[in-house]
Amino acid sequence: MSLTREINFTLNGSPVKVTVPVTMNTLTLLREQLNLTGTKYGCGEGECGACTILMDGVSVNACLMFAVDCDGRQLTTVEGLLTDCDSDPLRNAFVEKGGVQCGFCSPGMMMQATHILKQNPNADREQIQRGLEGNLCRCTGYKKIVDAVASVSKHED
Amino acid sequence: MTDIQSYQVPASLAEATAILANGDVSILAGGTDLMLQKNLHGGTLMNIRRLEELHGIQLSGNTIRIGAVTTITKILESPLIEKHLPILHEATNHFASVQIRNAGTIGGNICNASPAGDTLIPLLVLDAQVELASAADTRLIPIADFFIAPGKTSREPGELLTAIHIPQPAEGFVACFEKFGSRPALDISTVSIGIGGILQDSKLQAARVAFGAVAPIPLLAKKTMAAIENQTLDVDGIQTIATAARDEVNPIDDVRASAWYRKELIHNLTRKVLQNVANT
Repeated sequence: MSLTREINFTLNGSPVKVTVPVTMNTLTLLREQLNLTGTKYGCGEGECGACTILMDGVSVNACLMFAVDCDGRQLTTVEGLLTDCDSDPLRNAFVEKGGVQCGFCSPGMMMQATHILKQNPNADREQIQRGLEGNLCRCTGYKKIVDAVASVSKHED
Repeated sequence: MTDIQSYQVPASLAEATAILANGDVSILAGGTDLMLQKNLHGGTLMNIRRLEELHGIQLSGNTIRIGAVTTITKILESPLIEKHLPILHEATNHFASVQIRNAGTIGGNICNASPAGDTLIPLLVLDAQVELASAADTRLIPIADFFIAPGKTSREPGELLTAIHIPQPAEGFVACFEKFGSRPALDISTVSIGIGGILQDSKLQAARVAFGAVAPIPLLAKKTMAAIENQTLDVDGIQTIATAARDEVNPIDDVRASAWYRKELIHNLTRKVLQNVANT
């Protein structure tokens, strides 16, 4: 039997109380214990960014975060980001600019784009590209994803 | 993963060193390396990520002190580091990805003791010291003496790495960091190189040279440092130093590059960095 711990944290604005094995990662907690499957499992080792979430306001790879360390923190997943899908400018930009093909990387891309624009609402294309370095996409060639994020940035080309 | 018997979140440094004194402990900070280690050693997992005493960057006197659990992002965004230690700023700018920089800590990067660790090369060039605290006392040792083998350091089981001390470089100090890999982000360096010193009359005085991913540990390149001493940085002088650098390293063949290729990279990057330094 692996050792477990009860933790309390805020997930997408709501309090959560859950018991987790101390060596479990946050991605497994989200997907398998809390049934929030918007956050994707790509590589499991921090290379692909498909599991990007916001932890206390900054982006991290959920696969590399110990679930037990969520205790007392504020977490946001893609489900919390898009509470009102139809009016979300970033979500609409991904649709309009063709930033989604298979869609597997999209939740991680949206979370990282949210982080980039929160840190710098005027991010230019180069800053957006650098900010997305930790997110892999195998379909789009990235241009349309960067187009989508750039169209939401206040930076004027 | 090993069966962890106990999970501890110490509220103070004294509590943390008391836990370490009581047995074998796996230390959790950012978690970005620890999560991928299939066998955690020891029956206790100790989370030091929120220990206030281990956070922050301060300049006091002529020393910059960086707390061990300061994230790579905090170092990258620190105006103090950018101003006084631009070579460390540069290395953190090309460290993994934003997500990993937001979680990973400088203490973790040091204790993980990878020969390719990105912050280790500038820290060797800057002659940093690591602060190690145990229940009994605190000691400082030069970072060049800290690395023993891949993943192995001279930290005793009862000790916690609490901070890094970096002397403020002397007037006129210049330094340059270069990392070579297949892409800028998230790549483990094929090789990395850092050179620093005081440029005077076309010579680099009190030079410090470090190479990453060419030895079992991040290497302070003493033979190359000796070759720089009193050597004029003209075409011939730079060539002599670059040859000494190639002769000093003894890399391995692996998935990222052959040993031969790594030696050529060290030669060429040494030449390039010295040319840049000579032109500053």
